[in-house]
Amino acid sequence: MAAAINCLFIINKSGGLIFYKDCGSAGRMDTNDSLRLASLWHSMHAISQQLSPVNGCSGIQLLQADTFDLHCFQSLTGTKFFVVSEPGAQHMEPLLKVIYELYTDYVLKNPFYEMEMPIRCELFDINLSQAIQRDRVALLGR
Amino acid sequence: MIGAGRTKQYANVLDKPLSKGRQEVSLSAFSFLFSEIVQYNQTQVDNIAELERRLEDAGYAVGARVLELLCHREKGNRRETRLLGILSFVHSTVWKVLFGKVADSLEKGTEHEDEYMISENELLVNRFISVPKDMGAFNCGAFVAGIVKGVLDGAGFPAVVTAHFVPMEQQQRPRTTILIKFAEEVLRREAKLG
Repeated sequence: MAAAINCLFIINKSGGLIFYKDCGSAGRMDTNDSLRLASLWHSMHAISQQLSPVNGCSGIQLLQADTFDLHCFQSLTGTKFFVVSEPGAQHMEPLLKVIYELYTDYVLKNPFYEMEMPIRCELFDINLSQAIQRDRVALLGR
Repeated sequence: MIGAGRTKQYANVLDKPLSKGRQEVSLSAFSFLFSEIVQYNQTQVDNIAELERRLEDAGYAVGARVLELLCHREKGNRRETRLLGILSFVHSTVWKVLFGKVADSLEKGTEHEDEYMISENELLVNRFISVPKDMGAFNCGAFVAGIVKGVLDGAGFPAVVTAHFVPMEQQQRPRTTILIKFAEEVLRREAKLG
């Protein structure tokens, strides 16, 4: 049974990767690739805002490919959270909101975290794993 | 009777008693404030022991005030004079007012007569804090240790109070233990009182 989400990225407002987590069994990515993908997504996201025919577009929220879906959530401060999931995976927006909430709780309220720097917070890791695990269990139930 | 149960009307707003107001503050607001306190103090020191001491000092002032306030509000201006009395005052009354719950446990140290421990599985100030590995055993509970020290000192029970992480077998996260080591004079006085 493969997990609904394969990996999670968090990028800061200038496009630097500050958090990366592999959750699925599908091919692992090395650090360089994940960094490259993060900044690539950051640029694509910015370009999409400019190219959009809709006024006040906030950028790509969902990218659908043959082999994966990419769901993106941008917070008000410009930090972007995105997950790569199986094609057609449902309920990714609520999961991203949950991850955002965990970020505000366990990262931003941590006095030892420096803004815009890579996230190394034990409590964030623990709670994130639990949230993903819960999501997985909920998926089995659906 | 007509009008019974209606609140009394005051002609002058100044005659109205002050409302008690909400007794709780937002956890988020507190966490951000506390986080800033730690960050500010971190910029002022060059080693971890110093940071711990500064947090303790910040807590000490809170403790001294809390003692004054609670003796008046909860105990009718009476102050605890016995060791166990003051300890249970800290463990229940103070904890309840500050953290909304009684502390998880209050124990006597097994090795030393003058040591007592208040333990908390999830200390409120540590709820969102992950201490980086390179800071070793540093615990932001030093602030709470300071509060306890403030209360005890104010009540005439001078003690050395420190906060420690204690790993637990069944849990992923260590719990925080506030270790209280009373001064000699306190124990001597306590022995005299019998």
